[in-house]
Amino acid sequence: MSQSTSPPVSHSTSKANGKHKKTMAQRNRIAMWSVFFVLATSLALPLMSYSVHWLGMSATAQEAPDATNPRANFWGAVRDGVSGYSAVKGEGANVLVQSGGTDWLAKRNGALSQKLPWIIAGMAGVILLFHLLGGRNKLDKRGNLSGRKIKRWSWIDRLVHWVTAISFIMLAITGISMLIGKTALIPLLGKAGFATWAGLAISIHNYIGPLFSIGVLLMIVMWIWHNFPTGVDMKWLAAGGGLFKKNHPSAGRMNAGEKIWFWLLATVGVAVCVTGLVMVAPILGFQLPAGIETARANMQQANLIHGALGVIWTAIALGHIYIGTAGTEGAFEGMSTGYVSEEWAHQHHDLWAEKMVAKGKVIDPSAPVASRAEVATPAAPAAQN
Amino acid sequence: MARMKFLCDAERCIECNGCVTACKNEHEVPWGVNRRRVVTLGDGEPGEKSISVACMHCTDAPCQAVCPVDCFYTTDDGIVLHDKNLCIGCGYCFYACPFGAPQYPQQSSFGARGKMDKCTFCAGGPEDDLSDAEFERYGRNRIAEGSLPLCAEMCATKALIAGDGDEVADIYRERVLQRGGRPKTWGWETAYQEG
Repeated sequence: MSQSTSPPVSHSTSKANGKHKKTMAQRNRIAMWSVFFVLATSLALPLMSYSVHWLGMSATAQEAPDATNPRANFWGAVRDGVSGYSAVKGEGANVLVQSGGTDWLAKRNGALSQKLPWIIAGMAGVILLFHLLGGRNKLDKRGNLSGRKIKRWSWIDRLVHWVTAISFIMLAITGISMLIGKTALIPLLGKAGFATWAGLAISIHNYIGPLFSIGVLLMIVMWIWHNFPTGVDMKWLAAGGGLFKKNHPSAGRMNAGEKIWFWLLATVGVAVCVTGLVMVAPILGFQLPAGIETARANMQQANLIHGALGVIWTAIALGHIYIGTAGTEGAFEGMSTGYVSEEWAHQHHDLWAEKMVAKGKVIDPSAPVASRAEVATPAAPAAQN
Repeated sequence: MARMKFLCDAERCIECNGCVTACKNEHEVPWGVNRRRVVTLGDGEPGEKSISVACMHCTDAPCQAVCPVDCFYTTDDGIVLHDKNLCIGCGYCFYACPFGAPQYPQQSSFGARGKMDKCTFCAGGPEDDLSDAEFERYGRNRIAEGSLPLCAEMCATKALIAGDGDEVADIYRERVLQRGGRPKTWGWETAYQEG
């Protein structure tokens, strides 16, 4: 920036400083550049933060939306019920949040307790209507029964049946109390009154349940031989079991309706028993089935299956109870005394009755002991056919 | 009215289990029952996090919704309590609770569930405040004494905070502002339907 032209005033002032002295034009230029630099810096400095961001040095830069956000993934996994370590031991103690309970609650407080129990009331209504309109399935030969009997159920059959049946009724009443008591019984009994009953009900349910399960198991083992389906059953079903007609379709020892009831017990009944035992596992120390992660998740599932199938089973059981008692004349004595009248056997289980007659299994209590064999003799030729 | 809440700061909890011990001692909780527990996630790995968890005293508590004998009630402070006179030990609240809070002492016969026990936010139960019967069943009623839950009071790193939800949130907000990062009000989404 050497200047050839210098003002004469400055030149004459000092000879020694003359070389470093700046001209007015130089000063103006420096001032102008300085102002420009200050302005540029003041504008640029606030924008420096962007450069930090571009270089990936800021804290916010790391939290930019990313498909693999470790922090969000970490807490997301926790919300999904991932387990950790806890010094406190116990079922589910190492899990912070479990969402299975929310799902279980929605189903249990929803359809299971609010809607499904209506099928029991519906079934009771249908039975009542059927009974009032159709009336009892009476014996054709009522009034002039011969008095001859055929043995249908042994004492062990009847013992197992009645232990299981009485248990079933107790379990159904206590189970339904637990399911709908909050809406149906608390308004009637009050909170304290219902809690007393519920405490008793849960004990009955827990202790009778295993006994009942043994009964169900014995029934399956004892009666499975009577209950394999045959061609006769198809015809029986096609005829609607004679429910709406006068003429009764043919049936063996067990008709198709009874067989369906048996297989319901062998499937639905077993499922109810197994799920029930899963829930009383803390009492009996049952080993939980493998493949289900936690006992808590296991119990949530078991509770839904147990409740739903239990309610459905109870509704269908009303049909069995009706048909076996008020619905069919002469049926109840079969399971109470073990013997049915010969007329009842011919009317409801004709094929079985014929077989029993052929085998000489018809008993006439009024006849002297010696002549009992006589009753059986007319059927003897039939047995040879 | 205050709305009581718990908050555990995962950046501060060091898994000392002091809260668990303080709770057990304060309430003389039966053997095998822990009203509070500390869960460590990714234990031993870099970035492991510990959270102290107990009953969160939920808004619209699932336990309350499912209880077949309707033994739960929510106080004016938003604390969820239950009546052991009514409880039948059915275990449904344990199935429903997201946090695994309900606990059951073993009964003598076949280890059947006894009456449910859980964190009371140190607020006792339905019995008269500070009565012997209340202490026997639910432990100390510190709220009636004018104190806050002991677990939070005892927390050495002040990771666990208990009290009015607004104040708890203020304390936590201040921390997050100072240390940076994002807030993580763990469990609030589930318990109070807020993040």
